[in-house]
Amino acid sequence: MSREQVIVVKSEFDVLVIGAGPAGLTAAACAAECGAMVGVVDDNPSPGGQIWRGECGQIDSEAARWLRRIHAAGGQEFCGTRVFHQPEPGTLLAEAENHVFEFSYRKLIVATGARELFLPFPGWTLPNVMGAGGLQALVKSGLPIAGKRVLVTGSGPLLLAVAAYLRRHGAEIPMICEQASRSSLARFGLVLLRKPGKMRQGFSLRKQLSRIPFVPDCWPVEARGDTRLEEVVISQCSNKQRKAISCDYLACGFHLVPNTELAELLGCQVRGSLVQVDDLQQTSVPGVFCAGEPTGVGGLELALVEGQIAGLAAGGRSESAKRLFGERDKLRSFARALDRAFALRPELRKLARPETIVCRCEDVAYASLAQHDSWRASKLQTRCGMGPCQGRVCGPATRFLFNWSPDSVRPPIFPSRFDSLSAMPGTAETEPAQITGGHA
Amino acid sequence: MTEQVIPDQVDLKVNGRSVSVPSGATVAVAIALAGAACRKSVGGEWRGPLCGMGICFECRAAIDGRPYCRSCQVLCRSGMEVMTDE
Amino acid sequence: MSAATRATASYDGVVIGAGIVGAACADECVRHGMRVAVVDGDVISGGTTAAGMGHIVVMDDSEAQFTLTRYSQQLWQELRPELSADVEYEQCGTIWVATDEVEMAEVRRKEDYYGRRGVPVEVLGQDALESAEPNLRKGLAGGLLVPEDGVLYPPCAARFLLERAQAGGATIQLGCAVSRIGNGRVRLEDGRELLAGAIINAAGNGAASLTPGLAIKKRKGHLVITDRYPGFVKHQLVELGYLKSAHSTTGDSVAFNVQPRKTGQILVGSSRQYDVHDKQVDNPILLRMLKRAQEYMPNLAQVSTIRVWTGFRAATPDKLPLIGPWPGDATVFLATGHEGLGITTSLATARILVDQIAGKPAAIPVEPYLPARMSSEHICA
Repeated sequence: MSREQVIVVKSEFDVLVIGAGPAGLTAAACAAECGAMVGVVDDNPSPGGQIWRGECGQIDSEAARWLRRIHAAGGQEFCGTRVFHQPEPGTLLAEAENHVFEFSYRKLIVATGARELFLPFPGWTLPNVMGAGGLQALVKSGLPIAGKRVLVTGSGPLLLAVAAYLRRHGAEIPMICEQASRSSLARFGLVLLRKPGKMRQGFSLRKQLSRIPFVPDCWPVEARGDTRLEEVVISQCSNKQRKAISCDYLACGFHLVPNTELAELLGCQVRGSLVQVDDLQQTSVPGVFCAGEPTGVGGLELALVEGQIAGLAAGGRSESAKRLFGERDKLRSFARALDRAFALRPELRKLARPETIVCRCEDVAYASLAQHDSWRASKLQTRCGMGPCQGRVCGPATRFLFNWSPDSVRPPIFPSRFDSLSAMPGTAETEPAQITGGHA
Repeated sequence: MTEQVIPDQVDLKVNGRSVSVPSGATVAVAIALAGAACRKSVGGEWRGPLCGMGICFECRAAIDGRPYCRSCQVLCRSGMEVMTDE
Repeated sequence: MSAATRATASYDGVVIGAGIVGAACADECVRHGMRVAVVDGDVISGGTTAAGMGHIVVMDDSEAQFTLTRYSQQLWQELRPELSADVEYEQCGTIWVATDEVEMAEVRRKEDYYGRRGVPVEVLGQDALESAEPNLRKGLAGGLLVPEDGVLYPPCAARFLLERAQAGGATIQLGCAVSRIGNGRVRLEDGRELLAGAIINAAGNGAASLTPGLAIKKRKGHLVITDRYPGFVKHQLVELGYLKSAHSTTGDSVAFNVQPRKTGQILVGSSRQYDVHDKQVDNPILLRMLKRAQEYMPNLAQVSTIRVWTGFRAATPDKLPLIGPWPGDATVFLATGHEGLGITTSLATARILVDQIAGKPAAIPVEPYLPARMSSEHICA
């Protein structure tokens, strides 16, 4: 029987880090500098995660800085590689373009970051309607945006960062629509006053965004177009009017949803969609740490601190890690203030019409879902959540719309090739190839 | 060892049409430059990238004969053949 | 709770279980003019029905099994024009795949068996099998095509039948767990009670907790579903070794069993394990199952898998379901223990059960499925 065997590459590490964003890279560097043999795994083609996404295949300078430290300490990264299963404790299976990795570890740091929350509204499935981070990622990946009109909507400081970035690259931004109310933002402004660093950031952004109207109490209600986006209708709470704004792209981001799937697969305790960790960023599973957004969406600086704490703790230098607790506390309280200021308003639950698609993988409309009482019932009857995104888009959306609780996570936590799944250890048939040094 | 020349532009085909992208660009960008959408949904709607980070699966296209590749996560390579649902 | 809220509702029939078997029974009861309630602690098809493959297949493990599956397959064909689109009924047929001449002999035996009983079948030689299913590996000896077999999507099939029952006046109470049944009374966990002329225990894996003494064992299975590859496989494919796997009453086994869904997704199974009660994916068994599937269909290698899940079949010691009156209580009837044939035999189960409740002769002999067939020795687990 002539059959190509799947190539399994086995790699052992003292500390394995999943996610090469800010939390993952700092954790990996700190652990490696403690003397641990460290590996970092990330699905994206280049390291840096979302915030430190480089342009056109290049590595962002901040990410590069941490990578140099990782390499100098003997660590290595595996990009274009996504974890899909844990066949046994201490081992993870990850799929790359043409082969499978069987990673063994003594300690694991989950730094899987977050994704955007996408809320359905009429027309949201049109091409060129994207997440705010989503459009930025695409532009960073080479999408020409100069001279294009981009409406920026949604919620949170990310909108400002995205708008500033797009504008720097020549986009025309008619408006930034923030769903939070003017009063929430004013209260948040008071919090900012107590943080000079944040204030400076704020002012710098403000300068970059001068002459772009920033409109609170404002959100998209409809995207229109034939085969792609042509205009967006927004609702402005202040004058209760709807306005149509012609644009080439809609960058629409309603906050972030932590990527907790891997932590859940490993059996880590998760409460309120957040991975529970102790002071040293340890989860409820011995030897498994978690840092960054999955423990609580809190932005770049918090991710950096948590990553360092986790890396030091996993590397055996808990005392050094403790010195960062104070910084972490401050950043966490700032993150909580952010959450309160930009909390999503109830009107956003009412945007979808009966025929608006909610599950994009299976094209399940709002009306089909609304008849059911639970995520599970609707999943079984409509197939919502059974597509390749495995509920990553429609799950958080339905949680927000209907207050449904999600299902438990099962392998594969990422769609993977049949022969990758069957590359689990325990077979005599696959030919494992050992790699102990260098880059895979 | 001879020095590798990293080209500034990469040439590939989208739905049979030639497209040129900056080196390091993703296939999703090439598809956009070709004026195509990535895929047709189950219900027949045209779809393109949504999340830009590989979790929404809306940017899927066939790359070098392999279906369902997330085009936003694949870097363009010279001579690649990309087919969308068009 | 006041006496008023504990007022008992009274029904001709109360069906315990909103899975495919309970749904079929409710539908059948309504057609007989009975006032019916269906009660389930979970969602529609929340048990085995949601986990299963959804195949409709005639089996010849025994005469009784054949009779029941064939009768039910014909009932499904009759029902087909009325089914809603989301039930996704597809008469794709089954091909029993033979790897060698020994298995081809078995193919011919089945051909003879089915042929004598009026089931259309066709023997496929090596070439015919290759053109029927190009993604099977080359060099297989052939197979038996059973064109009247089919597949459907079980959760929607159960819902379809329940909605029909509802349209005929049945009450469906979901999220209402049952704590006790007997003597014409169904006691719910919230304290309410329903009075029933006939109580139909169609609770699958939960049946034995309501009717103590039932020898029903859970038989765990694994399934894998892929992304959409329309045309990759056209028929349900089963290895002849499936029979050995389903046959065995002990031990773990896997068998090649692949099914095309109407969506173009491929459903890959199957596995059987006894005495395992947790729902977690069992990696060693999953691995064996995947390897087995790849042996028959190497082209599965590059196919994208989206989900793996487990489920439990309700299995009886003699591999036949329990359909009929429970000797211990004149008001209790059983419709359970269907192992891997719940979808297939749901309609026939309902038909012959309700015939028994109504005291009418059934279209097929009911003796082989009577709960009373098992001596108290067998029944009391």
